[in-house]
Amino acid sequence: MDLVKKIAIPVAAIVAFLAFWEFIVWVNGWPNFKMASPSDLPPAFARYAGLFVEMGWQTLWRTVAGLCLAVLFGTLLGMAMGFSKIARDALYPLLVGFNAVPKATLVPVIALIFIGQHDFNTVLMAFLISFFPIAVSVGIGLSTLEPEYRDILRSLGASKFTIFRKIALPKTLPEFFGALKVSVTLAFIGTNLVEIVPPHGRGLGALFKSGETNGDYPLMFAVLIALAVLGIVLYYAVVALEQIFAGWAERPGG
Amino acid sequence: MSAFLIDIKDVTHAYRTKAGPLPVLDGLNVQVPEGEFCAVVGPSGCGKSTLTRLVAGLMKPDKGEVWLHGERVTSPRKTVGMAFQNPVLLEWRTILDNVILPLEIVAPRMPQRDRVERAMHLLEMVGLKGFEGKRPSELSGGMRQRASLCRSIVHKPDVLIMDEPFGALDAFTREDLWQTMRDLRAAEPFTCVLITHDLRESVFLGDQVIVLSGRPARTQHVLRVDLPADRTIESLYTPEATAMLHLLRDEIRRAQGREGAVH
Ligand SMILES: Nc1ncnc2c1ncn2[C@@H]1O[C@H](COP(=O)(O)OP(=O)(O)OP(=O)(O)O)[C@@H](O)[C@H]1O
Ligand SMILES: [Mg+2]
Repeated sequence: MDLVKKIAIPVAAIVAFLAFWEFIVWVNGWPNFKMASPSDLPPAFARYAGLFVEMGWQTLWRTVAGLCLAVLFGTLLGMAMGFSKIARDALYPLLVGFNAVPKATLVPVIALIFIGQHDFNTVLMAFLISFFPIAVSVGIGLSTLEPEYRDILRSLGASKFTIFRKIALPKTLPEFFGALKVSVTLAFIGTNLVEIVPPHGRGLGALFKSGETNGDYPLMFAVLIALAVLGIVLYYAVVALEQIFAGWAERPGG
Repeated sequence: MSAFLIDIKDVTHAYRTKAGPLPVLDGLNVQVPEGEFCAVVGPSGCGKSTLTRLVAGLMKPDKGEVWLHGERVTSPRKTVGMAFQNPVLLEWRTILDNVILPLEIVAPRMPQRDRVERAMHLLEMVGLKGFEGKRPSELSGGMRQRASLCRSIVHKPDVLIMDEPFGALDAFTREDLWQTMRDLRAAEPFTCVLITHDLRESVFLGDQVIVLSGRPARTQHVLRVDLPADRTIESLYTPEATAMLHLLRDEIRRAQGREGAVH
């Protein structure tokens, strides 16, 4: 019963959304080149099925690679900021400033620096756009650790590393996963910012671009849907990891 | 070598704050013989928690010395157990794994089976049998504090330091825990420093009660509690106990600087 509810309710919501979309297009009598309707999408998917799988996979692996880098770098940065006040004072303004730069403006810069390195550029952008939330949340999680938590191990003569491993790290996991959920969506934006620039020619972003060039509007919408599906898949993968590693943070009955 | 297991000699300490040094302890002396239970009372903010951190070796005093077991304390030691007002249990561990935690640090080579056996023995003694697999959030405040007590003595420390461990509990639960404490002590003796705001608690559990003066704290009064070791809550209503409670109350008032004030 619970499982039925868990699946049936979101599915019903999606169906309702698609019906509404179809209805709006039909009522307004919009032609395909203005707004495709859901019923145009299955043929588009069917026609380019092979391309969708290939491009979807390219987008996915680059996003995940960028995300992995973001987790690694963000965690290290967060640790530095969490443990050292000097690092915190030094890095915060830099980080905030960097985060404030619209990443779209970096695309031409990166493309110029690393001409032709398409895979590298894409992964780099996914990474650049997504490490910030992780660094900040790990940093805050570590720096706000209550002293008593540290003291129960410190009073036994435990090393800093042991305290980190046994207390600080697990205690920060819920915040870390919260940030990772934000980063997943950001990383997709990063990947597509690069893929959509013409000479690139790979990934769902490029497929979108080719749809635009050829005036194939159903294809463009189909790409958007495919991106949304990938985003959902990756997001729920993070949720599953969270359940495994930080499931304890969910209060019973909450 | 000192005759006392805990020997605090002329300890003076000040915190460095933005507004300049804040003297907290001033020539403090506390002596606790092996196996004794020393209750410490004093006005709020006088420096009691600071004292526990010094004894645990988490901080070094500006002046004076802290000795444990004939050794000068300069850093944390594995033979100390600590319990706080907040039980600070780790939410991601079961109750059993929380109790085992100190053993992972102090006795890394102890077989897991022995650790579990030791922890289960303590959990049973404090009445938590059957709850070992639960998460801390599934337990009541009193039960969490019991688990925290088990954790603080699981590695058989020779000094147990408790900073208002029962302060956040209701009166009945608190009295239950006093009796648990008494039974634990009878089963496996340890030397204990207990910080408390509750005078009845200090008389029920203490062999001596030390009254600290207001900040900066110095020893204002030391009371020997000559009640039998197998005290019950009833013992607190005997004339001797009542007299002690009266005396402590007067001392606390004096420490607060309200000597002679009518309340
Ligand atoms: N890390 C610190 N830095 C600066 N001042 C501190 C620090 N820790 C405590 N103090 C100050 O030192 C004084 C004594 O603190 P302490 O916590 O030892 O008091 P306490 O007797 O335990 O108080 P309470 O009964 O309220 O628990 C207080 O005035 C407090 O504000
Ligand atoms: Mg205190």
